[in-house]
Amino acid sequence: MSITTLADKINEANAEGRTALIPFLPGGYPNKDIFWKEILELDANGADIIEIGMPFSDPVADGPVVEAASLKCLDAGVNLKWIIEGLAKVRSQISAGIVLMGYYNPVLQYGLEKFAKDANDAGVNGLIIADLPYEEGVEFRDLLAENEVALVPLVGLNTTPERMKLYADGGNGFCYFVSVLGTTGDRDSLPEEIKVGLKNAKEIFDIPVALGFGLKHPSQLIPLEGLVDAAVFGSALIRHIDDGKSSAEFMKVWKK
Amino acid sequence: MKRGYYGDFGGQFVPELLMPPLLELEEAMGRILKSAEFQQEFTRLLKDFVGRPTALTHCANLSRELGFNLWLKREDLAHTGAHKVNNTVGQALLTKMMGKPCLLAETGAGQHGVATATAAALLDLECEIYMGAVDVKRQSHNVRRMELLGAKCIPVESGTQTLKDAINAALRQWIANQRTTHYCFGTAAGPHPFPLLVREFQSVIGREAKQQFKERTGEMPYMVVACVGGGSNAIGMFHEFVNEKSVKIVGVEAAGTGKPGCTNSAPINLGTPGVLHGMNTLLLQTDEGQILPSHSIAAGLDYPGVGPEHVHLHDCGRAQYGMVNDSQAINAFHVLCRKEGILPALESSHAVAWVLENKDSIPKDANVIVNLSGRGDKDMGILEDYLKQHGK
Ligand SMILES: Cc1ncc(COP(=O)(O)O)c(C=O)c1O
Repeated sequence: MSITTLADKINEANAEGRTALIPFLPGGYPNKDIFWKEILELDANGADIIEIGMPFSDPVADGPVVEAASLKCLDAGVNLKWIIEGLAKVRSQISAGIVLMGYYNPVLQYGLEKFAKDANDAGVNGLIIADLPYEEGVEFRDLLAENEVALVPLVGLNTTPERMKLYADGGNGFCYFVSVLGTTGDRDSLPEEIKVGLKNAKEIFDIPVALGFGLKHPSQLIPLEGLVDAAVFGSALIRHIDDGKSSAEFMKVWKK
Repeated sequence: MKRGYYGDFGGQFVPELLMPPLLELEEAMGRILKSAEFQQEFTRLLKDFVGRPTALTHCANLSRELGFNLWLKREDLAHTGAHKVNNTVGQALLTKMMGKPCLLAETGAGQHGVATATAAALLDLECEIYMGAVDVKRQSHNVRRMELLGAKCIPVESGTQTLKDAINAALRQWIANQRTTHYCFGTAAGPHPFPLLVREFQSVIGREAKQQFKERTGEMPYMVVACVGGGSNAIGMFHEFVNEKSVKIVGVEAAGTGKPGCTNSAPINLGTPGVLHGMNTLLLQTDEGQILPSHSIAAGLDYPGVGPEHVHLHDCGRAQYGMVNDSQAINAFHVLCRKEGILPALESSHAVAWVLENKDSIPKDANVIVNLSGRGDKDMGILEDYLKQHGK
């Protein structure tokens, strides 16, 4: 699997004149039995990249919806091994790019080298580690790159152009722009200052820019026309599934 | 050594959104802490408000029995009843000089919450305290104290509803309110520069102890001992002695009930390396890196991690870290009450207990200073419950 896959996936969607779609679900949600079916359904209904959460007991960057969902998965016995082995089995049926998202400690305990290798073998294209800023992540980024897995940089409203440049130098996959000074969770409106941040990111990164945290409805993207290459949504999708509705139905609203 | 590291431990494992406020804090520390304005005001507050220097008490009765000299550094005599206030007054003053109007803090037992609310009231800062919902119930007395001091106490319903979740909630809140708010972290742990900042403010304990002891005896102590939760009172006592090679340094962790496999708060003795709350340290965790709940009868020791500098002092052999269980701590509590007329906090009782348990390995006539990190009034409810459960 090539390291440019994630950027390619987003570029392909953009070439069709649409924002790429990146749904997020915690591994094993809503339960272990139907999780992979949900992933296949997201893939079949227009996901360009799918983010699978790696549950952690202390998810500092997450809001209440994602945290509760992740803890439920942990209680059900989900771990990295379950996610990676399960993915390896279904990967050939998924055309979307696959990104794993989580926190550093479970990955560290799994073993950084083993993780990089197993993730690549299972068809993972990228990794997002919420609590691994640039300074702590350089060596792991290189190790992942050797295994053709991108370490996706996360930046936000308070990230200076200087720090964005750090991430951009050698950053791969796509740039994940966090829409709010806050945690994951859907919000009704996005801050106005987001435009300046996105413009900076678009200039500094030569990989696509995805917007995430707080997205609830496609109309939120209209004022950001031309500044966002991909949209990530987690809490809104989790809520939708909690209401007993299908992933396909959720994707329909976003896929235009 | 890498910036923000103690040997292999420490670092800044936080979401990128928290890097700017951490860098801002580091910059402010460099600029403000050394200024004459800060130093004068901090020294004045420590003296006039906190009540420093705290006494160094020679325990004559116990020393006679033990055959060596037991001294107590009396942080229980500091305002609000524990060492915590040294740190919160320092951080509140720094916050004020940084031009931020709000303080945010986590608390487990409530001691750090009370100390933060106290400093906030003194310096006219708004104050929000996050506290696990389980702890809010266990420590309702301290919740009322915080509210009287004008702070807002917010129960945290997620996770295990204890200190570690209160830290998660406070970090989340700091992400959102970083422009107006300083996170007044309660112990010498967390992401850089907190272990350094908290040590800076707590090292007054060791500085005073060394000077007072020298004045009284003309010597260096044989050993200094302190309990370790996150490790702030201990690093405060140890820092001044780390370069005094003749002085033995002992930290004391909480072994819980002490039964094999029991829930404990002893990550240096029983934990494994990992990353939590922004630091690479030793943790109570599963093989898969999920954080385990901790337990100690001393609420202030009840934390699954520990400050990174302690792990380093342990690794390089400069300090030794022992363990004391609940019943040994309770015993030491009673001994100190009866023999010396001092009600120690259950946290500090762990440090006293280590000395009692290891008395045979301490030379005759040696001088041992134990940091009495706080007073025991706050623990009366816990003690009564414990004694009832154990049929006493
Ligand atoms: C009296 C007392 N001693 C010790 C501690 C432990 O904290 P640390 O190890 O950070 O000094 C606490 C924490 O609440 C405390 O209240």
